[in-house]
Amino acid sequence: MNLSVIIPLLLFLMLIFFIGLWSSRQLHASKNFLEDYFLGGRQLGGFILAMTMTATYGSASSFVGGPGVAYTQGLGWVLLAMSQVATGYFVLMILGKKFAIMARKYNAVTLIDFLKGRYNSKWVVITSALSIIIFLFSAMAAQWVGGARLIESITGLSYTSALFLFALSVLVYVIIGGFRAVALTDTVQGIVMFFGTLILLVATIIAGGGVSSIVADLSAENPNLLTPYGSNLDLTPSYVSSFWILVGVGVVGLPQVTVRAMSYNSSKAMHRALIIGTIVVGFIMLNMHLIGVFARPILPGIEVGDKVMPLIAQEVLPPWLAGIVLAAPMAAIMSTVDSLLLLVSSAIVKDVYLNYMKPDASNQRVKKLSITITSVLGILVFLMALNPPDLLIWLNLFAFGGLEAVFIWPIVMGLYWSKGNKYGALSSMVVGIGSYIAIDQLTTTPLFGMHTVVLPVLSSLVVYVLVSLFTQHKVTEHRF
Amino acid sequence: MDNNKNSDPRFKIAHREALIGVGLAIINFVWWYGFAYGLGDQAPEDYSYIWGLPSWFVYSCIGGFILMTILVTFVVTVWFKEVPFDEEEGGAE
Repeated sequence: MNLSVIIPLLLFLMLIFFIGLWSSRQLHASKNFLEDYFLGGRQLGGFILAMTMTATYGSASSFVGGPGVAYTQGLGWVLLAMSQVATGYFVLMILGKKFAIMARKYNAVTLIDFLKGRYNSKWVVITSALSIIIFLFSAMAAQWVGGARLIESITGLSYTSALFLFALSVLVYVIIGGFRAVALTDTVQGIVMFFGTLILLVATIIAGGGVSSIVADLSAENPNLLTPYGSNLDLTPSYVSSFWILVGVGVVGLPQVTVRAMSYNSSKAMHRALIIGTIVVGFIMLNMHLIGVFARPILPGIEVGDKVMPLIAQEVLPPWLAGIVLAAPMAAIMSTVDSLLLLVSSAIVKDVYLNYMKPDASNQRVKKLSITITSVLGILVFLMALNPPDLLIWLNLFAFGGLEAVFIWPIVMGLYWSKGNKYGALSSMVVGIGSYIAIDQLTTTPLFGMHTVVLPVLSSLVVYVLVSLFTQHKVTEHRF
Repeated sequence: MDNNKNSDPRFKIAHREALIGVGLAIINFVWWYGFAYGLGDQAPEDYSYIWGLPSWFVYSCIGGFILMTILVTFVVTVWFKEVPFDEEEGGAE
């Protein structure tokens, strides 16, 4: 295996490691450990906020899997991926200032704190905590498998040693540095993703002899690759459009993204993040998926989609540059798992332990516990990823759409509709996840030609509104 | 979206901005869908090309992205208002 590819990659891992170490120093002096560890003391500025949102959201599936599908489907898949531009502005605008203000009013450190303050219901809290712990734990493990596979394919290390290397570099900075370390490393990782995809796209275009010549090659092979309908013309407009809910506007319901919408320090930071976030998300998504399409004439016949990105980088770039560029998908995976790890840990420490088991725990005890739980979770994920059980892979299928169906309405309606109440929230969560799993299990072709996520999201809205209205007399209307 | 009269004046700004967000997403979607399936719905050999790429793709994906960047920058700098987040400085009741 090529050493000049591996060295830049290792340097990148070390850089991330030192940033984590550096930001952990600020934690030592902390008066309010909980808020600092899980929310960075609500002090994020605009640039870091934009980068950490983008990086958390752009995970292995979009970064390694996405270009692979674009390679097979052509420009139609780039079209689908561009629905994600909306995440750059939609989440922050919808949750926006209201969420930032309410989160401070409720003194919320986690998304669940917000739900607790809004609905004042034990059952809402427990259901949310369980959904986060179960689904995000599985999602995290699946991402670790992706990260290890990537290292394995680039370096030629065995899967186990690759996983160990990956686990070690992520765990250390998350455990000791908390949210601030995660946000800072996300920023570096986001920058790497931004320039990595740009360099690779340019190099791919040059290697293919220019855009016109690549397009001509694609057209000669299969003209459908140039249509919005996919290589077999099976991407229907309604199917592609339904991704606007899954990876576009529905992202408002993803806890790992939502928690970032309470972490910024001022409305100025939010304004900056809106502009930067839109540019960065759109730029990365466009470049990355175009790389997948353009790679096709240069390296025809790649069977495994996940290998498109590593193979094309090593084909069109000098080895040392390929190493740097391949740090980009690595960065995408790391910046997602670090956020998930911290989120699951906060659900256990803050939402379960402090809420219901020991509300009066001292700062010192909370500190010890947070670090211990984060470490134990990390080790657990490592063990799971060594030999992923089927249940975990099954659960991971629901991690994205399922969580959106659970959380989107209790958050959004909770913010903007004063009549929404705990009965509405709880039944909407149950219906959301229940119908998601049911539809996924019972149907073999897309329902009404749309992605599974659509119906659960719609039905959980209807249930939220109806149940809230029917139970109005039971609770006093919420005063914001 | 109706709120009690004595509610926080910052919420009026927040509600307006959330609605702007919904408006932007609708514009984004219509542009994206209209160009992709409006121009892309013909035999590939009849496509016109810009910068070597099919024109539906350039308008929908690249143009749409540039449009949204401009719109977001515009609404944020012109329409969005800065509000304090902390209770003591904020519009107390």
